[in-house]
Order: sequence, then C-alpha cells, then structure tokens
Amino acid sequence: MDRKTRDILEILENDARATHEEISALVDMTPEEVQKRIHQLEKAKIIRKYKTVIDWELAGEDYVYAIIELKVTLERKQGYQGIAERLYRFPEVRSVRLLSGEHDIALTVRGKSMKQVAFFVAEKIATLEQVHNTATHFVLKTYKEDGLIMEEPEHVKRLPVSP
Amino acid sequence: MVSDNEDMISLGVGEPDYITPWHIREACIHSLEQGETSYTSNYGLVELRDEISRTYTQKQGLYYDPTCEILVTSGVSEALDLAVRAITDPGDEIIIVEPSYVAYAPAVIFAGGNPVPVQTCMEDKFKLTSENLKKAITPKTKAILLNYPNNPTGAVMDKRELEPIAEVVEEHDIMVISDEVYERMTYDTRHTCFASLDGMRQRTIVLNGFSKAYSMTGFRMAYALAPAPVLAAMMRIHQYSMLCAPITAQVGAIEALKNGEEEVEKMVNEYNRRRRLIVKGFNNIGLDCFNPGGAFYAFPSVASTGLTSEQFAERLLDQQQVVTIPGNVFGRAGNGYLRCAYAASREDIKEALDRIENFISNI
Repeated sequence: MDRKTRDILEILENDARATHEEISALVDMTPEEVQKRIHQLEKAKIIRKYKTVIDWELAGEDYVYAIIELKVTLERKQGYQGIAERLYRFPEVRSVRLLSGEHDIALTVRGKSMKQVAFFVAEKIATLEQVHNTATHFVLKTYKEDGLIMEEPEHVKRLPVSP
Repeated sequence: MVSDNEDMISLGVGEPDYITPWHIREACIHSLEQGETSYTSNYGLVELRDEISRTYTQKQGLYYDPTCEILVTSGVSEALDLAVRAITDPGDEIIIVEPSYVAYAPAVIFAGGNPVPVQTCMEDKFKLTSENLKKAITPKTKAILLNYPNNPTGAVMDKRELEPIAEVVEEHDIMVISDEVYERMTYDTRHTCFASLDGMRQRTIVLNGFSKAYSMTGFRMAYALAPAPVLAAMMRIHQYSMLCAPITAQVGAIEALKNGEEEVEKMVNEYNRRRRLIVKGFNNIGLDCFNPGGAFYAFPSVASTGLTSEQFAERLLDQQQVVTIPGNVFGRAGNGYLRCAYAASREDIKEALDRIENFISNI
C-alpha cells in the first residue's frame, strides 16, 4: 500500500466525515483522485463501514452493554464458524470474537435494560446446543471506545506565543 | 490581550500541540516513584548518552564516544549558549543565516562575539549558498551557525546542497554550530547531519533535542555532540552553570529514544498533512507561500498586501484574533513575511485561513 492510500485511511479512520476536498488538501491529491481511491478501497472491502462513536449515556439513552463469554462445543467440519454465524445474526449482538484461553467466544451484547440482556442470554444464547457455559459481565462504564477516550480529562493550555 | 481572548487562534506558538506521549510520561512517573531524584553525572546519565550514541551510529553512520563527545543539556538553548561561549573569543565573528531563530544573535553578543548576518531569500528557497557564505567570511570569522530544517522558514538543505558549504568551511578553517532540533520533521528528503559530511565531524558541534520530535518542550531536554576538546570546553561552562540536566527529564528522554519511534512517525505524518493544508491555503488566498521541506512553520509573503510584516500581524490580531509572528523579528531577510506555526489543529488552521482571507479582502 502506498503512503497516500495509508494517509487517506488514517484520516477517514479518525474522521469518517472528512470530505474529498478536505482530504485532497491533506494528502496532496485532487479531490477526484481521492474520490476514486476511496471508491477502490470500498470496493476492495478495505473500508468496511463509516462509523460514529456515540456517547449514549450523555445523550440520555441508557443502553446496557454486556460482555458474554462462552464455552462452546466444536462442530464437525464447521469448527467455530457455525456457532459464530448463529451468534452474529442476533441484532442484540454487537461483536463476536474467538478467543484463546479459558473461554472460546466473547460477545458484546446491547440491550435496553439489564433484565432484557439477562433474558436474551438465558433464552437465546445459553439454550443453543453448542453452548455449554456462559459468563455474563455487565459493562458499568466505558472509558475508552474504539481508541477514543470518552471523557478526556487533559486540557493543557499553551502559551499563544513562544519561540 | 493575547492570553485572555477565548476566540483567538494562535499560529504563533513554536511548539507541538501534542502532549508528550504517555509512555514517556509514564516512565518519568515510575522513575519518581522509585525515588530517582538525585543529580546525575555532569555529562548526563550514561544510559542516555549510550542511547544517543547508538541512534547517531544507526541513523547517520556517525560514532560519538558517550564518555567524552556527548553532553546532555537543559534544552537546545543551553547547548547553543555553551557552544557559542566555548568557541568565541571577544571580537570573533559568527555567521548567522537569516531569517534565523531569535536567540542566535543575542547568544553570540553575550559571548562577546559579533553576529554577522547572511541573508537568504525565497528565490533561493531560503537556502544558504556557498557564494553568499564566502562573501561574509573575514579573517575574524570563527564559525557559522546553521539551522536546517530552519525556524522560521522551514527550509531544508540536503546532502548535495550542503557539500559546497562544507568545502568553504574547510577552505577557510572555520567551525560549524549546527542546530538540528527539527531533524525529525523533514517531509520530502532525508535529513543530513552536517557532521556526516566529509571532513566536517571534527569541525562541527551538533545540537539536537527532544522538544520538537517527541513533544517534550517543557522537559528542557537536549544534547550536544562535538569532538572531545570542544565538548570539554562546553562541559566546563555547563558544570558550573547548570551542573546537570534534571534526572526525571533524562529518564523520559531514554524512553523516548528507546520506544518513541512509532509516536514520532504518527506526529510527523500529521504535521505533513497540516503542512499541505496551510501552504495550499495561503497560495489559494493569494499569499505567496514557499513550500517548507521541514520543521512546522509556513512562511508566507505578505508583500502583495502593501503592509509590512508587523502591520499585517498586528492588524490581523486586532481585527481577526489570529496570532502570527512578523517575519522581521527573525532578521532583515524576514521582512515582508509571516511565520505561521502549523503545529495547531486542522480545525484551527482552517479557521485561521478563513479569517486571514477575510482580513485581506478588507484591507
């Protein structure tokens, strides 16, 4: 990957709203070239999605998040793929990851209340044939999300003029 | 006025807008927790000098003996003062390439020498030419003070361009003080350390520091590299004036050299993007702007507006609350220019450019 493509990806990763014109000034390409390059990156699925990190708590929408660790039985021919597919189709499930260590799979689940998440786990996840153990951890507070510090405490005031 | 105004945008400040990377701060905190609060060797911590030596061997192919050719100082400002004082006798002339950093000429005067300016211009991309250098040399010339990448112009000189300068230096048997604190901020070419040129190691005092590359301005952490006899003279002044650099800052510097590369690259990439943004912006609004190859300063010409640098900067601050530095403070060659630091956020740069455009259209 060339330098400019990498630059474009970095800029978009930090700010998905950056326009072609803005990016063009930063990477020394024309807006048309930037548009074309981004289109290629989307087509190649290197750019998977444009995402916004939202502080729902601040917005007054109290979602409940939980991390669910699962021990599962491996399926013949499919390995973990089959169970992963079953899991990622639930809209409540925000992420599915295969882990090393004590548990096999970790899910991030979002719901409107602890009760709703608990019922979802008890009724939909724990009852799956391949799942033989679950551990549910409710998220109490998110300090950092996707590389973004949610409550940035640092505010350093610089002198306006110096050498 | 400047410090109280909330709506003000500053392109005046010559320091990175990043906070020192966390791993460096963390190393300092750990060091304090361990109770490392003593003096160090006058030369600086052995481990730090070893790291500096290793870095120069790796990156520039230059070996400096950590025991007698490397001195850790409190900022490049101290290193500059030591270097000038160590080699200047009363009445000696030190050549300064203008536009130049504001402290160079005073440092020479404090040491009893006479600063001799050599002007560079935008047509020459603010590079020193061997012809101009030759014209400034007299029998009293002791040294030349170089600063590439340059503050305030952002000019850089590559190996091919520095070689004729080295020839003149050799021919006239003078020394070089090379302030290379912006070394890591070169965007289109690789930095050439002046001491790495043929025959120059024994004539050059290299000054470098951590402020810019690692965003460590407040640590006051820098070093000088020089042949042992010169360094010994600098050391004599250092040990009676500063004694040693603060140990906590030295610990931070070791961490920076050992594990700071990734952060430096990230910051330099971002400066490069901002450089393109600001240079393009100035040219778009009709202020002819030289494309700087290094540091984090843009140096647009305001001559076309009919205002002097000072008038432009003052009125811009007054009417649009944008801080810039008038070019004339960096010497006569800076007349008609503004220094604008792009170590500010992209949003601030864009807003400042909008305001400058607005200001120009109302002159």
